[in-house]
Amino acid sequence: MEPIAPEPPPAKRHLHPLPLRVMHWVNAVFMLIMIMSGWQIYNDEVLFGWLHFPSWMTMGAGPEGGLLWHFFAMWILVINGIVYTGYGLRTQRFRRMLFPIRVPDVIAEVRNALKLKLHHDDLTQYNPVQKLLYLGVLIVITIQVLSGLVIWKPIQFSELTFLFYDFQGARLAHFLGMAAIVGFLVIHVVLALLVPETLKAMWTGGPMVDSAPEHSMDDAQADRPEPQSDGA
Amino acid sequence: MTARKPRSSLFRPQKPVDQSLLEDNKSLVDTINRRNVLRGSISLGAISMLTGCNVTDQAPVQSFLKSVSQWNDRAQAALFRPNHLAPTYAPSQVIKPARFNAFYDITELEPVDVPNWKLELAGQISDKRAWTAQQLAALPEQEMIIRHVCVEGWDYIGQWSGVNLRYFLERIGADLTAKYVSFKCADTYYSSIDMPSALHPQTILATKYAGAPLTEPFGAPLRLRTAVKLGFKNPKWITAIEVTNTYPGGYFEDRGFNWFSGI
Repeated sequence: MEPIAPEPPPAKRHLHPLPLRVMHWVNAVFMLIMIMSGWQIYNDEVLFGWLHFPSWMTMGAGPEGGLLWHFFAMWILVINGIVYTGYGLRTQRFRRMLFPIRVPDVIAEVRNALKLKLHHDDLTQYNPVQKLLYLGVLIVITIQVLSGLVIWKPIQFSELTFLFYDFQGARLAHFLGMAAIVGFLVIHVVLALLVPETLKAMWTGGPMVDSAPEHSMDDAQADRPEPQSDGA
Repeated sequence: MTARKPRSSLFRPQKPVDQSLLEDNKSLVDTINRRNVLRGSISLGAISMLTGCNVTDQAPVQSFLKSVSQWNDRAQAALFRPNHLAPTYAPSQVIKPARFNAFYDITELEPVDVPNWKLELAGQISDKRAWTAQQLAALPEQEMIIRHVCVEGWDYIGQWSGVNLRYFLERIGADLTAKYVSFKCADTYYSSIDMPSALHPQTILATKYAGAPLTEPFGAPLRLRTAVKLGFKNPKWITAIEVTNTYPGGYFEDRGFNWFSGI
């Protein structure tokens, strides 16, 4: 029998490991490119006569320029999204950070937020409203991928088109998904600015925390489960 | 000299302007000076350049985006399903007339002189004899009711008839292993498609819309209609077809729109 080694001290790591921070900021930059180039494409054939995006808010010279940017940012976000999903599932981050979401907790937290009592004493824990928002935006992003595929290739992916009724249905869904993401972005940025420690933590990694004990030691450092989601 | 007391007027305040507000905020007013306003406007301009489209006009950025677009051509060719059929629709859903679209207004349209019109053939084709409208009309006709999707985002359902392009390419002895089928048009428009899309069962050289011969605005006497490409990849008023391995480009494609543009 091998001698019993002394218990090693619990492994410490940043609240936001480096791979997560890289993915977060890549996502931030390319989501903005995606949204602003999308507005340029939208302007060429608007869904709502009252809504045209002013040119200073759009990206790309003309619809062709908007399309070039949109279909470049698309690939970066696809790669980033695949890596992030693999990371979130492998480290069980999604399960640990986003669930469970209990309705009474959400109601209580919304009530607090409306009274401007934001509880952020513990950066490593998500409140129920944050959980709901982050889960919601992940679902919206999934819808954006599906509706985007249908708009890009309504014939090659004709099996998906029925999800949105038809081609125009997919355009409308893609627009509403964009509106939801922009809405999320506004709340996300405002809250981050109100509690600047969260913003700083996403840049520097934040405080050191224990790695979760139930995970085997052979996991790479970055693959350990974390007690804090990144706020996609 | 003493100042004359101004006459009372309806347009002149009866009391002098209250200066207390200016006095109370003297320090704030003092900080507003021309240099700071200019400095601030420069910063604002810099921020607007970050968000605006100015960055995209730079030549290196443009050439990078162009190479991404060429990568997208290859990705789309890999995704293309040669035998996957586009949905077709009922005759009651067909809009009449079709929707006009070109790089100029419908009023600037110059109709093709159909009796003297000929379809020229070029490139990797064994029988390059030109075709008249009557000769084309004698070929077997295929009809399809398909959705037209424009790169701008609008769409409509149309009913098109004409000779299947694969049938026609085989008939003239075209090299079906060549990469491109290229089209030249009477109005100086030009475009090209990849061979697999040209050979798709729902790609035809259309001569009729909704059962009647094509009218002038919609490409008379001959246009391409394919169910697997965006609208601008369906040239109208075709005067020449070339089968080639040399990348032919296209009118909008050479102006920055993606070349493959499959749907």
